[in-house]
Amino acid sequence: MYRYDPLDQRLVDERVEQFRDQVARRMAGEITEDEFKPLRLMNGLYIQLHAYMLRIAIPYGMLSSTQLRKLAHIARTYDRGYGHFTTRQCIQFNWPKLEDTPEILAELAEVQMHAIQTSGNSFRNVTADQYAGVSADEIDDSRPYAEIIRQWGALHPEFSYLPRKFKIAVTGSPNDRTAAKFHDIGVILKKNDAVETGFEIIIGGGQGRTPMIAQTVREFLPRHDLLSYLEAIMRIYNLMGRRDNIFKAKLKILVYKLGIDEMQKLVEEEWNQIKDGPLKLPQAEIDRVAAHFAPPPFETVESDPRAFDIHKFESLAFARWARTNVAAHKQPGYAIVNLTLKPTGGVPGDATAEQMDAVADLADRYSLGEIRVTHEQNLVFAHVKEADLYRLWRALDEIGFATPNLSLIGDMICCPGLDYCGLANARSIPVAQRIGKRFADLDRQLDIGELRLKISGCINACGHHHVGHVGILGVERKGEEYYQITLGGNPAMDATIGDVVGPAFSSDDVVDAVETVVTTYVKLRADGERFLDTYRRVGAEPFKERLYPEKTDAAA
Amino acid sequence: MALRIFTGNRVADGIVVYLDDAGGWTETVSQSRLVATSEDQAAATEMADKASDDAVVADPYLIDVTEDGGEIRPVRYRERIRAYGPPVHPDFVKTTPSDTDHFTPGGGASRPSGDGA
Amino acid sequence: MPLLKSGKLVDDPWTHVADEVAIPASGPVIVGLKRWREVRAALIKRKDPVGVRLQSDHTAGDVVDDLEHLGVVALAFPVFKDGRAYTNARRLRERHGYRGEVRAIGNVLRDQYLFMQRCGFDALEVKEGETEQDWQRATGAITVFYQPAADGRETVIRKRHSQTS
Repeated sequence: MYRYDPLDQRLVDERVEQFRDQVARRMAGEITEDEFKPLRLMNGLYIQLHAYMLRIAIPYGMLSSTQLRKLAHIARTYDRGYGHFTTRQCIQFNWPKLEDTPEILAELAEVQMHAIQTSGNSFRNVTADQYAGVSADEIDDSRPYAEIIRQWGALHPEFSYLPRKFKIAVTGSPNDRTAAKFHDIGVILKKNDAVETGFEIIIGGGQGRTPMIAQTVREFLPRHDLLSYLEAIMRIYNLMGRRDNIFKAKLKILVYKLGIDEMQKLVEEEWNQIKDGPLKLPQAEIDRVAAHFAPPPFETVESDPRAFDIHKFESLAFARWARTNVAAHKQPGYAIVNLTLKPTGGVPGDATAEQMDAVADLADRYSLGEIRVTHEQNLVFAHVKEADLYRLWRALDEIGFATPNLSLIGDMICCPGLDYCGLANARSIPVAQRIGKRFADLDRQLDIGELRLKISGCINACGHHHVGHVGILGVERKGEEYYQITLGGNPAMDATIGDVVGPAFSSDDVVDAVETVVTTYVKLRADGERFLDTYRRVGAEPFKERLYPEKTDAAA
Repeated sequence: MALRIFTGNRVADGIVVYLDDAGGWTETVSQSRLVATSEDQAAATEMADKASDDAVVADPYLIDVTEDGGEIRPVRYRERIRAYGPPVHPDFVKTTPSDTDHFTPGGGASRPSGDGA
Repeated sequence: MPLLKSGKLVDDPWTHVADEVAIPASGPVIVGLKRWREVRAALIKRKDPVGVRLQSDHTAGDVVDDLEHLGVVALAFPVFKDGRAYTNARRLRERHGYRGEVRAIGNVLRDQYLFMQRCGFDALEVKEGETEQDWQRATGAITVFYQPAADGRETVIRKRHSQTS
């Protein structure tokens, strides 16, 4: 993975001292909360319901075991013993003290980590494919470009006060795992006829109040032009994005208003002025960064399924887990292992300090010291020998990260919601827990098959409900919590935004409603159809009829 | 005038606090200073503003409460969550003086019906 | 309002003239864009220098044809969050080669000094009580620069590969 050079290290060290000074001025009353707020946001520090919340960047989801141990140490020493992985490949701590944050950031800097720009109106954490470098379906590795973009966006003097937050995803596989189409900018790796890697650039995606799917602004961009092109997009956005209304300030609104053709014209006009300037990426820098992501020293192992099959035969639990949580690796004899942080009835995406330490040890033992964080709040061990799978499973099971529910209904995305978040309207986690318990039967989950359930506690959609196969949005009405269900959303390249099916359900009724959705699908599905496939074939009507029988009766 | 109290997050550690009778800031909502009249509000506001200027409390604000036998209870659900802690992590829930369930949104005595495991 | 010019607290030779106020007969003046457009010829003929004040919804393009006549272009930050002036400052410097003074006015806070300097601002109207030391500390806090900007500082990428041809 990427290792800081002395310049990268100096930046984070200086940033820590800059923030230390800002915190001292705040605590001494020299700057007001209003003046301090943007400064602390630029270092990922929020005030939430109960306390400060610190969001730490995990650039494109890559963590070393050393870094994960440091996060465990921070959880233990400065927080209440746990952290929460987010839908942007970050980790959040919910109880840091302001007076401790300079020390926390200093400790993070020791292991080449930071919380720079994880909040505020600038570039947020650049996300990428959690299977980068190891999946057979990859066109090219997204990570070097994510790293290059991360650096370019860090403390960018012109774009630190954008109209709104800005999210970039880099995706290297046509089987997109980053939800690129719902980002402000998606960088899609492609090869041209000369088999050179370049990018399709898409812009104007997003969720929140007005979900929109990104559109192509450039079909093919050569690698060396990456930063100048992005700069051109940002310049147009910085000048023309709305500043008068926070709900209309995102790039997607500008793209919608101008239309993609006009947007493209403006971007290309700007780009033509700057593309041959100092932003042109030297090949030497691309090579330097890419070298950090060269394939690790794999052993030449023949794929031998026999031992694997014996274990699967002997242990139903292992067989189940191998079926759901293990994905194919492009290197023979190796596998990709998904650590699901979705225990039945638990808090999706949470990990205790003990669990983090255990995962770090297992990463050292079984996955070359490397861990990836997915935007679906799970972790990945990307380089596990098939021969080690059974042993690893036993160990993961012991720490609670082996629930065999990857991509099944139990593998929910859920935001912190009103239990923690100052923006929330409703509690989201208890709904996730209750649904998890309702569908606890793993056989049933397997029978249901792939069903991505995503839950948000407010319209900001941090739980990605708009792109859930089944989405749940918590709302507040007259002091009570209600939950609106959407169906048929999907974040991949065949992107769709979920359809609202009808009036929101009470907290008492929402779990039954989800059950109704599931049983309707099971009844209607054709052979081999996932939930999403069935929904796309039959539409919302059959679901509406069963969810709102009184309405249907009345209409009849 | 409805009953109200001042709340905010303490600057140093972010913890939820309430303006109390002594003019300090307490973590216990039932020890907060009730604002019932416009004189109360003026006096309390002055204290809250000072705490804000002195960087003791960040952005203090007024919330509606009810008072029943010495127990002060925020009206809004989110404020009850702030007062008592995140229901989903029982380790961090502050003990409350009575058995009344503080976590139902509507403020009633019953929990939302659970689902069988 | 104190003026930090290239990091030094100086007396401000310029006078801001509001739209409805009469323009003094002499002395360097800064007028709004609308005023500039109304009495441009007269202002150019004036013995003493003239400058233009742009609001955040104006662009460098609004004055690009007149830069030779302008001793200062003042770019407003109505609130510090409104970052449009950073782009306009860079455009003035890098696209249009403007060598006069580019001044930040409005909600100008210490923690933006470095960004402003990098984008080509060489003068800032700052809060009462700001010192040259505050400026030095703010602009010296970070010494690593990933992006090329108007300040000409060597970028990290340049530094990394300066040995390679």
